[in-house]
Amino acid sequence: MTQAPEKTSYDAHFRVWRGDATGGELVDFTVEVNEGEVVLDIIHRLQATQAGDLAVRWNCKAGKCGSCSAEVNGRPRLMCMTRMSTFAQDEVITVTPLRTFPVMKDLVTDVSYNYKKAQDVPAFAPPEGIKPGEYRMAQVDVERSQEFRKCIECFLCQDVCHVIRDHDDNKESYAGPRFLMRIAELDMHPLDALDRQHAAQDEYGLGLCNITKCCTEVCPEHIKITDNALIPLKERVADRKYDPLVWLGSKLRRRS
Amino acid sequence: MEKHSYDVLIIGAGGAGLRAAIAAHENGLRVAIICKSLFGKAHTVMAEGGCAAAMGNVNSNDNWQVHFRDTMRGGKFLNNWRMAELHAKEAPERVWELETYGALFDRTKDGKISQRNFGGHEYPRLAHVGDRTGLEMIRTMQQKIVSLQQDDARAKGAPGADDGRLKVFAEVTITELIKDASGAIAGAFGYYRETGDIVLFKAPAVVVATGGIGKIAKVTSNSWECTGDGMALALRAGARLLNMEFVQFHPTGMVWPPSVKGVLVTESVRGDGGVLRNSDNKRFMFNYVPDVFRRQYAETEEEADRWYTDPEHNRRPPELLPRDEVARAINAEVKAGRGSPHGGIFLDVSTRLSREEILRRLPSMHHQFKELADVDIAAEPMEIGPTCHYVMGGIEVQPDTAATNVPGLFASGEVAGGMHGSNRLGGNSLSDLLVFGKRSGEGAVAYVKSLRGKYPSITEKQLTDCERVAVAPLAHDGESAYDLHDELQQCINDLVGLIRTASELQDALNRIEKLKDRAKRVSAVGGRAFNPGWHLALDLRNMLPVAECMARAALLREESRGGHTRDDFPEMSAEWRQVNLVCAQNATGDSIDVIKQPTPAMRGDLLALFDTDELKKYYTAEEIVSSEVTA
Repeated sequence: MTQAPEKTSYDAHFRVWRGDATGGELVDFTVEVNEGEVVLDIIHRLQATQAGDLAVRWNCKAGKCGSCSAEVNGRPRLMCMTRMSTFAQDEVITVTPLRTFPVMKDLVTDVSYNYKKAQDVPAFAPPEGIKPGEYRMAQVDVERSQEFRKCIECFLCQDVCHVIRDHDDNKESYAGPRFLMRIAELDMHPLDALDRQHAAQDEYGLGLCNITKCCTEVCPEHIKITDNALIPLKERVADRKYDPLVWLGSKLRRRS
Repeated sequence: MEKHSYDVLIIGAGGAGLRAAIAAHENGLRVAIICKSLFGKAHTVMAEGGCAAAMGNVNSNDNWQVHFRDTMRGGKFLNNWRMAELHAKEAPERVWELETYGALFDRTKDGKISQRNFGGHEYPRLAHVGDRTGLEMIRTMQQKIVSLQQDDARAKGAPGADDGRLKVFAEVTITELIKDASGAIAGAFGYYRETGDIVLFKAPAVVVATGGIGKIAKVTSNSWECTGDGMALALRAGARLLNMEFVQFHPTGMVWPPSVKGVLVTESVRGDGGVLRNSDNKRFMFNYVPDVFRRQYAETEEEADRWYTDPEHNRRPPELLPRDEVARAINAEVKAGRGSPHGGIFLDVSTRLSREEILRRLPSMHHQFKELADVDIAAEPMEIGPTCHYVMGGIEVQPDTAATNVPGLFASGEVAGGMHGSNRLGGNSLSDLLVFGKRSGEGAVAYVKSLRGKYPSITEKQLTDCERVAVAPLAHDGESAYDLHDELQQCINDLVGLIRTASELQDALNRIEKLKDRAKRVSAVGGRAFNPGWHLALDLRNMLPVAECMARAALLREESRGGHTRDDFPEMSAEWRQVNLVCAQNATGDSIDVIKQPTPAMRGDLLALFDTDELKKYYTAEEIVSSEVTA
């Protein structure tokens, strides 16, 4: 058996936001880093050795559950997918909670806004008269919605979207990229029986999105949120708004 | 203290818990779902390969009998046959149902749900969405829950969602089940992780669906939540755990870099054509086909390669043996010095599939290796090795209703035992959680209706006792939970792993005994608000008895079968097939008793699905004679 390369480890300078809803501050830590580690490993090391009550959400540590969202050096990231090797060894690494949501404690924020918005989007409406087991859909037709269903609900797109990041009062009327994408997903579902385009504009604030693509850039699943979900949804809404026959025609074509 | 009353309380918001909740709600009861993390983050999201169901969409020869046979073979005939029967029969309906909730599985050319090959399954059987099937299933059921809440609002003429009859309590941990004086379930006690505030849920029926135990192991594919909570809660409430010695090591976990050691590499890589090679570039699995499977697996590379395009006339490649066989083979190759640079072996799919195919069929594997290990799996082999993945054992339940021996307590999903025998086939867990999740919800409904509104009560003293135990670590001045957890993981890693011996198991039990003692004084710094050190201290209280069950049962079972390999008893024994080991908390509540219990005899028509020649490999001569008489 060939030999594994030798381990390299070093001490990194971390600054982690600590506090709660009443206030807080960045706290400095010097902490060991080993080869191949990610930011979440370092946060765990801090918990185990220096700050037992440091609050952080995480589950799978493999980029699949979308729990460990935070801002690393100001960029919204999954901590489990942010490798330490992407930073210089002498770089100060600052970890702060998602800015768009209220802080609960340390790196944990109140993301209930997202669950509320999820409840607002009308669910998949099964087609009448097709029994379970009789659904027939072509792969090419399900693929569009499947792209959006890769979403791991890390809410980084919600965090980065300036419509709500910089304007808290927009939260009431704006579902955010994740849930506008959910509407697009259902709208493109080959068998969904509801009309959703009107609501997208009127009730979920699609019009507030001005396609700066920040959401697409931070998506850890590399979903093309803007190009494949939001822009097509805007186009469908526009078509329909100005010409009901266009909308009707597109519905008929999809059915056949 | 915050108090809630429901008809059914579901502990766990993974696939089994959500399916149970849907069933209970559809039967008109008020349901609460307890979610240890945020809603939709449960460990089910990590399931990759697919959900096994004999729909026959890709090969029309498939049917429930073939699926049943494969499941029993995979579990080396220790499975609860009735569970395996229900599972094989009902899985297709449960999958089709998901489509009516909005799930979008990959399709066949004629528009049906596509099915892929997996280890131990005779035909392509796994409904899937690329390699993120678990995510699709959890999201589908999460969205179905929301859809039921929307239905409830609509029924009242209100907009949006109404969670009065179906509510998700996110980031809540249950620390104790509470029973009334008659011994029936009365509710559960817990705390909000975010605030540390305590909360009581009064409910006459509790469905435990908390998943697995992976976090007692050092190298695991499991997320932090898998700390055996449901098993420990059930033990403390007087329920019993079955088959706890059987733990599945998934053959293919990442081995490098160290920080991701154990992270799952889906079996679909092999199902879609990936092969295993050692450092001599040999496909070593041909040397590890056991006698019981010899007839079904290819003997040459040529035959194995032909199977991918012509499965009718060739036998399966040995890379697709059940997981226990592959994990042991990998372990043996590494021990023999034929491992990869980081102590695993090589898994290569780049030689069979094009880059485009790999990106389409295995996108999250490609992403995972690219991002975490700088490996391009479309161009080079992966390094992989066994990782602690699934516990076949679990809470003993009635097959049809998922009821335990404690009135009002039900269990489904990974936390329940019996269905998978000594080894689970890949793809059978997602179908298990659908089939038995629904059955456990319905079992709870039938039980609650039988009470006719007379619900058990809870005393103030019970609540003060629960609270005292829950907050104790915050007042203690002992060791940190992180240190104790680390020691427990090292102990399981070194002494209760893939290959076991009596002396090491005894050593493990001695160490666990000492850890139990130290854990009584475990302490957590800081306050109650979102305090991971405190949370871990309470989780430790669950991991320790579960680890003890595992080690005690493993020491008793003197044979090797499925997910239990004894170096000192390497053979499978027909006598031991007749025995289930059942763990219960002892009378004083400080240790575990293990009792031997006969396995239930399989119904004649199911036994007749197997050749006598095959049964002879598993059954005693006396059993074969008597089965021929009854058949």
